[in-house]
Amino acid sequence: MSTTTTRDLASPTPAEATGARPRRGPRGSRTLSFWLFTSPFLVGLIVFVYVPIGWSLYLSFFEARFTVTPSEFTGLGNYREILSDSGFMGSLGTFTVFAAFIVPTTWALSLGLALLVDRLRFMRAFYRSVFFLPTACSYVAASLIWKMSLFNGVRFGLANTVIGWFGVDNVAWLANPDPPWYWLVIVTARLWLQSGFYMILFLAALQNIPPELYEAAAIDGAKPGWQTFRYITLPQLRATSTAVILLLLVAAYQAFDEFFNLLSKTTWGRPPLVELYYTALGQDQNYGKGSAGAVVLTVLICVVTLLQGRIMGFGRGEEAK
Amino acid sequence: MSAQSSNWDRRSILRAAAGLAAAGSLAACGGNNGRGGGSGSGDDLVQYFHAYGEPGTEQAVRRYAKAYSKAGVTTQWITGSNFESKLFASLLTKQAPDVFEFHPQIQLVRSGQVADLTDIIEPVKDDFNRADIQSHTVDGKIYGVRMIDDPQFFFYRKSLLEKAGIQPPSTLDELIEAAARLTTDKVKGLFLGNDLHAVINPLIWSAGADTLDQKNQVAYHTDGVVEGLRKMRTLFTGGHLLLDAPADFWDPSALNQGLCAIQFCGMWAMPQFQQTLGDDLGIMPFPKVTDAGKPSVYNGGWSMFVNAKGGNVEAAKEYVKWLWIDQKKYQEDWATSYGFHIPPRTSIAGSAAKLKSGLPAEGVKLFNQYGHFDNIGWTQAMITATENVFADCVRKGGDPEAALDKCDGTVNAELKKLFG
Repeated sequence: MSTTTTRDLASPTPAEATGARPRRGPRGSRTLSFWLFTSPFLVGLIVFVYVPIGWSLYLSFFEARFTVTPSEFTGLGNYREILSDSGFMGSLGTFTVFAAFIVPTTWALSLGLALLVDRLRFMRAFYRSVFFLPTACSYVAASLIWKMSLFNGVRFGLANTVIGWFGVDNVAWLANPDPPWYWLVIVTARLWLQSGFYMILFLAALQNIPPELYEAAAIDGAKPGWQTFRYITLPQLRATSTAVILLLLVAAYQAFDEFFNLLSKTTWGRPPLVELYYTALGQDQNYGKGSAGAVVLTVLICVVTLLQGRIMGFGRGEEAK
Repeated sequence: MSAQSSNWDRRSILRAAAGLAAAGSLAACGGNNGRGGGSGSGDDLVQYFHAYGEPGTEQAVRRYAKAYSKAGVTTQWITGSNFESKLFASLLTKQAPDVFEFHPQIQLVRSGQVADLTDIIEPVKDDFNRADIQSHTVDGKIYGVRMIDDPQFFFYRKSLLEKAGIQPPSTLDELIEAAARLTTDKVKGLFLGNDLHAVINPLIWSAGADTLDQKNQVAYHTDGVVEGLRKMRTLFTGGHLLLDAPADFWDPSALNQGLCAIQFCGMWAMPQFQQTLGDDLGIMPFPKVTDAGKPSVYNGGWSMFVNAKGGNVEAAKEYVKWLWIDQKKYQEDWATSYGFHIPPRTSIAGSAAKLKSGLPAEGVKLFNQYGHFDNIGWTQAMITATENVFADCVRKGGDPEAALDKCDGTVNAELKKLFG
């Protein structure tokens, strides 16, 4: 495309002497418009994504404490350090446990909500908005509410009041990791924040299923309820489900806010981003080691994403079919 | 790409325009760099303070800054519980503060982050508490000006102890027992903060050990400390400790709201305690952990540092000299008008009327009798390592020896970097 365009531009057909201003053809302006419209985002992408990634790669080979312009080259020292760091390796485990739990749970809950709302005869818009609304709340604000009023450890915290009715003693939900009640706090906060958004996606997909399919199934003798759901609804939602699972995994990779705000000064329950935050921006400002961890994490995410693409077939274009 | 339609429809153009507008407004946010608003003449300086909890403190800091005529000083009042990470992160940027408050830590000196202030302190050196000079000195140079000393100890409700028929505990075992006997279905016996980290150093000192010894070697890994950690685990699992309180140990709320009978806190909160509880208030040091140990008090506090990598080092030094060396009125106001702090200047401490009698005088006594000051060689990385010890073997049921071994690894690596 571009070759033709340039030739056209470089040697335009001799213009007729009409007296009118020579106009550039629609083909010529396409390249210009392409750059005009993509460059602001491209520049942003380069400055805020690619340069930091490159810089972090550079930093990972240096002893960079309290500076981002280091001079002492240490080779693979930072990588050796981060890979033998039990905190970082443990955080990879934490993340796996968290993702393995939160992805299916959110998927099931948002699908369940979507099915319920879809069945409503009246006030559907109201319930749709009510369930969607928490999406607009920030993770930090939600964490603070969860920490300070719902799950605080004193007798007037909401959770402790409720269990108090049944004669159960106050529980220190976050301070005491044994039993690990903190997961309940984290998971409920995230479910509350996320489910509504994915519910909307499922709701749209549900409303896209042609009613004829249900009619045909009913005529063929499928019982309403589980059988119809299992053999009609669920297969029809396959594309949406795949997308939702991918989005949920991405969100789980990015887990930071609620962990950071709910669990301060712990050695447990730390996803990789929190761990790296403390390494690079915490007390000893070790940007070298933190960058090495970030590179390790990036490589892992790339590998997982590629595998996911292989298994789920997501991202394969039309031509692959 | 060539497969794409070349026709622009109105919708996509609108979308792109909206995107550009959004990007534009984001870029505009960058204009607020915290430097505006300086009213004085000359250089503009930026100072960082962590958010003090006592009412009036922020206004006071701004008032002092406004009274300075040689430069416009902008104050950044940093809220939230992670002042150190916000400070450290900003020190790397162009928006770094010229003057900031922090604790003396040698890595800031070694990395050239803080300026040598010997020349402004030297003339009044003898007026400072000697420990406060020592804790800011590396190789004969003084790197920070102490503003306030903050002893940390226990506050308790006398009436509740009397009702339970117990004396203020003098050993850790007695403290654990007191916590149990003071606990009712409404009130927990004891509050040490939500993560218990405030009592790490007191526990080490009260077990007869120290963070580092004179030669900057590990001194906390002793049998006494291990014993103390085991006792703390008993206390933590006993159910008599207030945990996950809405406000942490530095805030007087827990004791004031009747959530606990004994609270670990600092001298700064004494006025607020007195206001709520009146005379029903006593104080005591962290009790001894082992027979060989002694009660202890952590003499924390805050100091002013000048950012040596900033663009206004000389102007910043002059400002620090003006406010924290010359302006004794402001120094006394800062130490005694909001929370109670002990002025590091002996001349001011001697004349501070509010600290002369009653409970404040008892606080000063604990400070002098049992106080341990900061060790400049004990850095944030080491502090975090000991916090992890508490997390691993007090809040989690790990083995204290193993946790301390892990801590030794981190601390020794750090010591090697700092002292070779």
